[in-house]
Amino acid sequence: MNIWLHGAIYSVLIANVLLTMTAWSIWFERKFSARMQSRVGPTIVGPMGLLQPIADAIKLLQKESIVPDKADRALFNLAPLLTLLFSLGIAAVVPFSPEVIAADLDVGVIFILAMGGMMVFPVWIAGWASNNKYALLGGMRAVAQGISYEIPLVLAALVPVTLAGSMSLSDIVRHQIEHGWYIFWPPGPGLFAFVLFFVASLAEANRIPFDIPEAESELVAGVTTEYTGMKFGLFYLAEYLHTLISAAVGAALFLGGWDGPFAPGLHWMVLKTLLLFGLVFWVRWTLIRIRIDQLMSLCWTWLVPAGLVLVMAAALWKWGMAGS
Amino acid sequence: MKFSTATATVADPYLDISTYEADADLMVLNLGPQHPSTHGVFRIKLYLDGEVIVKAVPYPGFLHRGVEKLCEKLTYTMMTPIIDKNDYLSPMMNEQAINMAFEDLHGSAVPRRAKYLRTIFAELQRVASHLVWLGTFGVDLGGALGGGTTLFMHCFREREMILDLFEEVTGCRFHYNTHMVGGNRHDIPAKWAKGVHRVIGVIAERIDEYEILLTSNKMFVDRTKGVGVIDAELALSLGITGPILRAAGVDHDLRRDAPYHAYDEVDVRVAVETAGDCQARAIVRILEMRESLRIVGELIDNVPEGPINGYRPTKTPLQVKITKGQGYACLEGPRGELGTYVIAGGDNRGASPYRLKIRSPSLHAMSCLPYVLPGLTVSDTIATFGSLDPVMGEVDR
Repeated sequence: MNIWLHGAIYSVLIANVLLTMTAWSIWFERKFSARMQSRVGPTIVGPMGLLQPIADAIKLLQKESIVPDKADRALFNLAPLLTLLFSLGIAAVVPFSPEVIAADLDVGVIFILAMGGMMVFPVWIAGWASNNKYALLGGMRAVAQGISYEIPLVLAALVPVTLAGSMSLSDIVRHQIEHGWYIFWPPGPGLFAFVLFFVASLAEANRIPFDIPEAESELVAGVTTEYTGMKFGLFYLAEYLHTLISAAVGAALFLGGWDGPFAPGLHWMVLKTLLLFGLVFWVRWTLIRIRIDQLMSLCWTWLVPAGLVLVMAAALWKWGMAGS
Repeated sequence: MKFSTATATVADPYLDISTYEADADLMVLNLGPQHPSTHGVFRIKLYLDGEVIVKAVPYPGFLHRGVEKLCEKLTYTMMTPIIDKNDYLSPMMNEQAINMAFEDLHGSAVPRRAKYLRTIFAELQRVASHLVWLGTFGVDLGGALGGGTTLFMHCFREREMILDLFEEVTGCRFHYNTHMVGGNRHDIPAKWAKGVHRVIGVIAERIDEYEILLTSNKMFVDRTKGVGVIDAELALSLGITGPILRAAGVDHDLRRDAPYHAYDEVDVRVAVETAGDCQARAIVRILEMRESLRIVGELIDNVPEGPINGYRPTKTPLQVKITKGQGYACLEGPRGELGTYVIAGGDNRGASPYRLKIRSPSLHAMSCLPYVLPGLTVSDTIATFGSLDPVMGEVDR
């Protein structure tokens, strides 16, 4: 098939499926957290509350769109679009199966990290353009956190890249199918790199315990304080989408992507993604938030050195394999 | 008594305002009155250098309802329901506090059974109040959408059981209106003791889990240890009582030091910590819950038979008339010394007081904020404020 046509078809398909999954993941999270808290969660809209996401979306669309008087109108309206754009952009290079991939870039991992890094901009734009002190504090925290956690994320992602000798996610998955999933093999660096990647992804996607930019109990709603209606909805959607796609990237980098017996590859990839996604929710509804200075010291005194050691270990393993 | 007469030697933060006002680099953040973590409506003006607080000025008063003034128009019997709304997390304590003062003036003796029931109610109420505190503290630390809410929901699950017990007695879950001058209004139903035993058994087990959380969870410890230290000197100079004072190492508890109700018949073991930080306050409250459950378990089987008040049953409200005198009575509420000062001989031919003053422990607790907050971050503000366990209804009255 023509590469442009392939890209167009699959990007529309993947974007739509991911957005739908994101909407229902909010339903899933509400049910899941309800179970954890001895509640029942949504039950009214549809069977088992399954139509709740639609009701939520309709409600958000009906809300009045308010732009604060002293806000920077253009930037204020741009920020929610950008967050969604960047988080959807990551999905372009994630291989859901050997065929289901929008663009199999040779520099896939770099593209993912770059797109994830760009997420700092809309958040900061929103924080600055809102002209609100809570939003500004949230934006400040988001920038500090986003930039710091970029580094352990890159280092963790470098481990599979080093082992596979390629930056294309498809190649990384194929290498895992041949040599075993990186989370198990090589023993040690792979597993620790996966944990590091998971922690850094949580911070990158602003999930508890690292949801410091949002921090409802401190900063009201952080950068989204002044947003109403669907603009707020876009932020919300982008946050979940980012988490979902981070889970997909984690599954591709460390859990063998579409590799698995009995069922087509796509099933396995989706299953692994959702498992990681569920893990994020589990963590979210269990832990409390840590403080911004504790977050920074965790990053710079533990995660970055650990990442460096892991990259060295992966390189040594690769060198040893090549030597033998 | 172990009161110190030392006055505050801490620099008065209000005096330092001028030096900071000149500095244009500081950001002024109005935390509240509409803010998710101010436990109602409370405003703190924070002068921030980055995220670090340079100065904090609290502004209470957003929930002022004029209850004390209103009480001058109400009769002693009519006051109880409205006093319930002061400290809405422990309404029974409020009722007991005013009625103790009225009883002293009126000279009405409380039957022994009523004293026992009041003690049991007070201790159950203390557990319920501390459970709400623990839950909201979790939300303060962990966010309204996250692990904090899980703690919150679990604490409320336990509190519901206590409210169910109260509902069986009074018919109400929140504002009970069950105490009156000279005794109680409602007697406990048959087999209530059995329910109490079941509930305190369940809660005691779960409190053990919460204690593990407070002392061993790395994140919880990181967020609370060494944060918002209120030392004994500051606490005493500001009149802070209750768990905050005990967490600062001062062994003071009215239940033991100035017994009222039936506390002279039980052994009250007072929990004391020395660190004075958020974690110490949390641990003191956990230990207090456990002690309260023990006291309830001890008393519930020994409730003496007899009347619960000194009146014969009537359909119309009883009229209590006190023509002169003034007095103060206090008890150990969940937040500290909850006192009532009353000057008798007001309207309605002596059926209303001339003046009623409520000493609310929350107001005193919050007065430490300007001294404690500078140097902490915005996150720590929320943690410290939450650990004081303030109830705005009581602060502003």
